[in-house]
Amino acid sequence: MAENFVGSRKKITPHLTQNEGLSFEKSAPGRKAYRLAPLDVPEVDPRSLLGESCRSQSAELPQLSEIEIVRHFTRLSTWNYAIDLGMYPLGSCTMKYNPRVNELVSRLEGIADAHPYQLEALAQGSLEIMRLLQECLLEITGMEAITLQPAAGAHGEFTGILLARAFHQAKGNARKTVIVPDSAHGTNPATAAMCGYEVVNFKSNPQGGIDVEALAKAVTEETAALMLTNPSTIGVFEKEIHRIADILHAKGALLYMDGANMNALCGKTRPGDFGVDVMHLNLHKTFSTPHGGGGPGSGPVACRRILEPFLPAPVVERGSDGQLRLNYDRPQSVGRVRAFYGNFGMFVRALAYILANGPDGLRQTTEDAVLNANYIRAKLEDVYDLPYTTPSMHEVVFSDRRQTRNGVKTGDIAKRLIDYGFHPYTVSFPLIVPGALMIEPTESESREELDLFVDAMREIAREVEENPQVVLDAPHSTRVSRLDETTAARKPVLRWKKP
Amino acid sequence: MLREIGFSSIDDLFAIVPEEYRLRRDLAIPRQMGEQEIVDHFKAAAAKNANGYASFLGAGVYRHYRPVIIDTIVQRGEFLTSYTPYQAEITQGTLQAIFEFQTMICELTGMDIANASMYDGSTACPEAAMMAMRVTGRDSVVVARTVHPEYREVMHTYAQHREAASGHITREVGYGSDGRVDLGALEAMVTEETACVLVQSPNFFGAIEDVAAVAEIAHRKGALLVVAIAEAISLGVVRPPLDADIVTMEAQSYGVAPSFGGPFCGVIAAKEKFVRQMPGRLVGETKDKHGRRGFVLTLSTREQHIRREKATSNICTNQALVALMATVFMTVYGKEGIRELALQNLAKADYAAKALGVQGRVLFGDVPRFNEFVLQTDETPEALQARLLDEKILGGVALRRWYPELGNATLWCATELTTREQIDRAASVLAYPAATAGVR
Repeated sequence: MAENFVGSRKKITPHLTQNEGLSFEKSAPGRKAYRLAPLDVPEVDPRSLLGESCRSQSAELPQLSEIEIVRHFTRLSTWNYAIDLGMYPLGSCTMKYNPRVNELVSRLEGIADAHPYQLEALAQGSLEIMRLLQECLLEITGMEAITLQPAAGAHGEFTGILLARAFHQAKGNARKTVIVPDSAHGTNPATAAMCGYEVVNFKSNPQGGIDVEALAKAVTEETAALMLTNPSTIGVFEKEIHRIADILHAKGALLYMDGANMNALCGKTRPGDFGVDVMHLNLHKTFSTPHGGGGPGSGPVACRRILEPFLPAPVVERGSDGQLRLNYDRPQSVGRVRAFYGNFGMFVRALAYILANGPDGLRQTTEDAVLNANYIRAKLEDVYDLPYTTPSMHEVVFSDRRQTRNGVKTGDIAKRLIDYGFHPYTVSFPLIVPGALMIEPTESESREELDLFVDAMREIAREVEENPQVVLDAPHSTRVSRLDETTAARKPVLRWKKP
Repeated sequence: MLREIGFSSIDDLFAIVPEEYRLRRDLAIPRQMGEQEIVDHFKAAAAKNANGYASFLGAGVYRHYRPVIIDTIVQRGEFLTSYTPYQAEITQGTLQAIFEFQTMICELTGMDIANASMYDGSTACPEAAMMAMRVTGRDSVVVARTVHPEYREVMHTYAQHREAASGHITREVGYGSDGRVDLGALEAMVTEETACVLVQSPNFFGAIEDVAAVAEIAHRKGALLVVAIAEAISLGVVRPPLDADIVTMEAQSYGVAPSFGGPFCGVIAAKEKFVRQMPGRLVGETKDKHGRRGFVLTLSTREQHIRREKATSNICTNQALVALMATVFMTVYGKEGIRELALQNLAKADYAAKALGVQGRVLFGDVPRFNEFVLQTDETPEALQARLLDEKILGGVALRRWYPELGNATLWCATELTTREQIDRAASVLAYPAATAGVR
């Protein structure tokens, strides 16, 4: 494999990984990894209790011993890249370190075992966690009311746009459209459509931001809201944010802020202070709860007082006796968006993160995140094209314009980064940058790790000039390379079947 | 570092933020704590919750034993701190585990395909209903009142704007004297406009619905049948809803802690022909350029990051790590264990219903049920609960707030973790006032 490298690999040395089939393929009758306690009540005959409803054929689940199961999943785990292994520069995903104390406290007895229907008097600890997290998030965002119920960012968007709809409906007209910039995450237009709104796609200005004059023309009495990501997906703060808010408010429309990029703002500036009416947070981005291979997340929605009556029920309140309780009496509520109270285990982790940081730590986190992104920008802008030269905040977006001259695209550079021991950056997003390389280092990375990343990116740029094929064929160091996605989609095989 | 890249101060980095919006003070949140203080903070909170109680609470969240290796595995950083597996070459571990999850869900539910997870069982219901609307081109839904009341609330939330705009309606069909869907009323309610009928089985009262009869009514009018499963352990011994077109499931029972209501693991499974209308992520098997087997996220043209406003759903982040917990759980118990475990639940609930039924009255007792039952008492749930608390028992969930017609009824749950001693103790509390009355 050494010949596949033009540059040097400072970060990694290839080593062996174990082969491992599917658990079903390893299964053998009679192997088991469980032992139940002896039944202390009379046995029952399922046929006589269940009749027709009795299952006649057992599900073909694998049968393995405990050591086989531990090895199975441990082997699989070694095929993953993870924050715990190194920098994970996925733009807009905020892949920061996930503190382990968060995992410990979320598993404490009394917290992990709490049932959502246990008496409120016997759930005061859980309710206090929710209450304190709410207060902290309101202070951080500068907003006035909040719900923790949404299970993820997109679910938060859905809740936020429902709040906007209920707000307009209460005034007699739910309105028809939601404006979504072309730089937005796909969840924004999908959310607006799910809430019954027509999506007005709004073109970004040459700086990648909102064209304020064009916005003034686009907003009408039928506009329910603008969904704005700030800082934008190219990592730029909308400095005319208050004018944007004014334009919307003049027509009775609301400003929704996608809080995906809150890691650039915490402790430095507050959406509630610059005119935002409703926003969601991603606890799994800004507040360090683990991504877990795709979830769980948590997407609290914070809003101004005018939207408070519409928040999902129940809300946590302190009674006159000092006890916390859940108030279900919310006549104007949009209703529940999820059973129970949300992804509570994520609340515990996010609160632990906030307590570990405090006001100083949160501010420093933001400063370090922005500094790291600007460091990468400064170290790479001579080799990668920077389509927007506006100052960057927590992430920087390059394009593959120079590399495409040698037939190499952003996706190829991303795959090549794997050979250098890094997870790729976000590829081909935002859509307003053709061939985007979207890089968000987060505050978690040391200068040494950033330098290794910069070094890898520069080596790859050199390879593109000297030996583009090596990049086009990447990755060379992984168990599998360039999987056939076309066939996967054309003839989907979505489950294992006994041969 | 700052100077090296041409900035003289941190403030320079934030120069783009207009002066008037810069926060010039500390956030008013608790001060920075040391790790030891953080642990103490949460231990103090945990101590304010119920600790050491015998619990008969179920109603959509179930207490089951969690094998130790679940946390061993999900706390491996390679799973815990990995992102959504878009870069297949370095996420084969997550991808293969999800493929195994999808397969096991298919095996258990009898469906052909299953997705990589939804937020939870409640949100899976409206997503399945919307899926049925896309498949049938119809826009009304009939949902059973025996579906978890909070699941129904979520369905109404998702449907409200459609109701306002297009007259789409979510209608609820009541239950009969056996605590199951009133088939006569259902028959009258399902029309050529109905996209789907949604029932839960075992239903909110613990009763197993006559899925075949419901399917017959739905299918006769060209509507789909969606079956929701809130207690997934039931599938070890209860016949899977093979007559359903779509199955929604809450997999919390598979090794996921109650955690005051989340994070849990929703799933949608369905017949293969509906795959292109499925919301959420799907993992598929394929080969790499050298012909080696591998797995990828697939059929993503259904999803928001490709289709934007035309996507099947706005869902992005799902419950991957919780799905991994469920996968480990299903692997630990395996083919034999899931049945054995379900049988224990069946036996415990049967014993509990008999023991508590001596003083109270078990409602809907004539139909098959899994591990929950409804108990009617002369005493109010609050008065009963107050007496149970003296014995450190959390009794059944009061049903009045959702089913006022059921008066004092409470919903009790027994699992493999419920001991005979706990059941007997609860029964004796129930018997106590009667006994005292007798003495007097």
